[in-house]
Amino acid sequence: MGEDRDIGEALCAQVIEAAQQRKPLRPRGGDTKDFYGEAINAETLDLAPHRGIVQYQPTELVITARAGTPLRLIEAALIEHRQMLPFEPPHFGEHATLGGAIACGLSGPRRPWQGGARDLVLGTRMINGRGEHLRFGGEVMKNVAGYDVSRLLTGSLGTLGAITEVSLKVLPAPEQELTLVQQAEPMTALQRFRNWRAQPLPLSGLACLDDRLYIRLSGTEAGVASARERLGGELLDAPFWDDLREQRLAFFQADPEVPLWRISVPPATPLLEDVGETLVDWAGALRWVRSDAPGQTVRELAERHGGHATCFRGDCAAGRFHPLPETQLTLHRRIKQALDPHGIFSPGRMYRSL
Amino acid sequence: MSATPDHYEFPPLDREALLRGLRAIVGEQNLLHSEEALRPYECDGLSAYRRLPQAVVLPATVAQVQEIMSLCHARQVPVVARGAGTGLSGGALPYGDGVLLSLARFNRILQIDRDNLTARVQPGVRNLAISEAVADLDLYYAPDPSSQIACSIGGNVAENAGGLHCLKYGLTVHNVLEVQVVTVDGELLRIGASSFDAPGYDLLAVMHGSEGMLGIVVEVLVKLLPRPEQARVLLAAFDEVVQAADAVGEIIAAGILPAGLEMMDNPAIRAAEDFVQAGYPVEAQAILLCELDGTEAEVTALADQVEAILEDCAATEVRSARDEDERARFWLGRKSAFPAVGRISPDYYCMDGTIPRSQLAHVLTRIQALSDEYGLRVVNVFHAGDGNLHPLILYDASQPGELERTEELGGKVLELCVQVGGTITGEHGVGMEKIDQMCVQFAAPELLQFHALKRAFDAHGLLNPGKAVPTLHRCAEFGAMHVHHGELAHPDIPRF
Repeated sequence: MGEDRDIGEALCAQVIEAAQQRKPLRPRGGDTKDFYGEAINAETLDLAPHRGIVQYQPTELVITARAGTPLRLIEAALIEHRQMLPFEPPHFGEHATLGGAIACGLSGPRRPWQGGARDLVLGTRMINGRGEHLRFGGEVMKNVAGYDVSRLLTGSLGTLGAITEVSLKVLPAPEQELTLVQQAEPMTALQRFRNWRAQPLPLSGLACLDDRLYIRLSGTEAGVASARERLGGELLDAPFWDDLREQRLAFFQADPEVPLWRISVPPATPLLEDVGETLVDWAGALRWVRSDAPGQTVRELAERHGGHATCFRGDCAAGRFHPLPETQLTLHRRIKQALDPHGIFSPGRMYRSL
Repeated sequence: MSATPDHYEFPPLDREALLRGLRAIVGEQNLLHSEEALRPYECDGLSAYRRLPQAVVLPATVAQVQEIMSLCHARQVPVVARGAGTGLSGGALPYGDGVLLSLARFNRILQIDRDNLTARVQPGVRNLAISEAVADLDLYYAPDPSSQIACSIGGNVAENAGGLHCLKYGLTVHNVLEVQVVTVDGELLRIGASSFDAPGYDLLAVMHGSEGMLGIVVEVLVKLLPRPEQARVLLAAFDEVVQAADAVGEIIAAGILPAGLEMMDNPAIRAAEDFVQAGYPVEAQAILLCELDGTEAEVTALADQVEAILEDCAATEVRSARDEDERARFWLGRKSAFPAVGRISPDYYCMDGTIPRSQLAHVLTRIQALSDEYGLRVVNVFHAGDGNLHPLILYDASQPGELERTEELGGKVLELCVQVGGTITGEHGVGMEKIDQMCVQFAAPELLQFHALKRAFDAHGLLNPGKAVPTLHRCAEFGAMHVHHGELAHPDIPRF
């Protein structure tokens, strides 16, 4: 446990065997995000032992590590050189791995300014459904040789293959970071978000909960100080953004019986007030909603505003993920077929027919 | 259609029937088929490759594009899409027995959404036109390839175009939220969304840089950014290229993320200075242009820090652009580097490898050695911030054999990039030009995986045949020398 190991060959062998026997496999890292996806019955392809940082040169702004490497180790290595993962992946548990974070594709509060998981992925190694260990993308920022399979794998929930190694773009950690709080009703907060986003401010978080508006500023000391003066608000000395990202805030803890919806909409979308209690993140583009309204209702509401809704936690009769139009689903099936011809990788984890 | 997974054959073409069908969709005035009318479309920005298509069709509506694709799909006629034709890898080179689909008439900005910071545009809209259209809102569209006055946004998506500000603001793939795509059989697909993410697989990423191999982009929703309060450019001169390369690493190591960080070597400096009088120090062996942006307070603090670093790295001179005029002039020199080189040589060939920054000094030394070996001059401009190298090989196409020698030298430069852990193309695409070098970067199972993915979108291989991904047969002929993780199997053997 805990040592750097390369078990690529054993992983390939397990995939080849499963392919021969047409036996479904579920790639797993630290098992912290099992809730995120449909429950399926499949043998585990355990990537946790496949771990270790393969390459990290701080001046290249790139880190490469095996999929089973714990996220916290990667973050610790980065902070030693005053760098960070710009997409702030949620861990949801101490064993969260790099591979799991990329396979789930989730991103934290910095998303509107620094991009999401998919934006920072530069390259991957993966085992496809034939048991071939392949390498796509690379360790450089700009690379258009071949189709972007690495980003295709990001957020594909292990349905296209097993991610075994990831190269990510990293960024310098900001010299200064602080959080301001203002009293504001959600409507007012959304209005302010719109104004601020359109201005050149060193923002790295804008959220709103319980009539309080949270601003995170990141940058040079001088830049943060001048923005703070301009925006105003009380300084907050609490790990609000970590608690938001890890869903430790009381909002997330209350009543597990009521499903938690993740609604992704264009940021200027008005408050979706009828549907349930809401936490606004991503400067308005992400709405966490607690609602026991029928899934169909929540999804229609999201669609009306040009977005989609994921039933993130709780019991979801309507399926976890927003249904795709038939033409899209057909294309998805063909893509899965291209990477996983025998359909062994996490079938049904994302959509029943995929 | 043949059985091998990476090769396609098409039925014999009935030209008259095809033209009749196309005419019925777009009318005679938007259909070109005489040799004279086809001539301007025989190549894109890479003029070394030329070929005439059977017809050029210029639709104006999405419905027409759908009809054209349905027709060509039914007749199994290959289609090559073309935007502004500024591409540098032959991606829009026509297919001889096929149709060239021009998106030039899709040139309208459909909607600017100030609240959501987006613009919905047609694919033929020029890159720079977007920033111009939103300038009065103090917004802009970030990716700025050097060809931005001419290149179109549809082509930018197809190539995943970069530019001078990628390190901080990303490539096209980071700045597009949604595309509407007409599939090979004429269906309209929405890929991505006006929200920050969409359900299902990230097909938006797959479309970026796919070089017209997977579908025809007919609409693009781009992100807009607030224009920084201030941008300042520092120009630093160095006696040695290596010192400039070290300075780049030091700036990054200090935790600074410049908006732009560009390097030019002495021949590039001289050519640019002769051409546009940017005020460059022509005696310097290398210059660095470092742009810092943000609020006024930020820029002032950063500029002081960077200046100190540059001086520590033995810069012989550090200048800060005094005003917007001088800043524009500093950049003009860089953005004009290609045409400037065009004035000092009958022809030039532009390469596009990307390397880890730490390998820069080594790679430049090797390029110089190759240049001497081949007796061809090489001028270097370099997106130093993100490791994207643009060596320009100077040659004279009228001299027999010189183009071939140039291509061979170019190929070696790209193979060098792969050896040091980089890639054969950072932002120009593989197209026709670098198809053999794909065999160096990828092994057979990866190439076959690309072909399988292509088939998921285009089962009969009708879209842009023969580009972007080589057949295994082609790699075998080329010598199939896949470089595994930066190590050539037998580095001492001479290669062709």
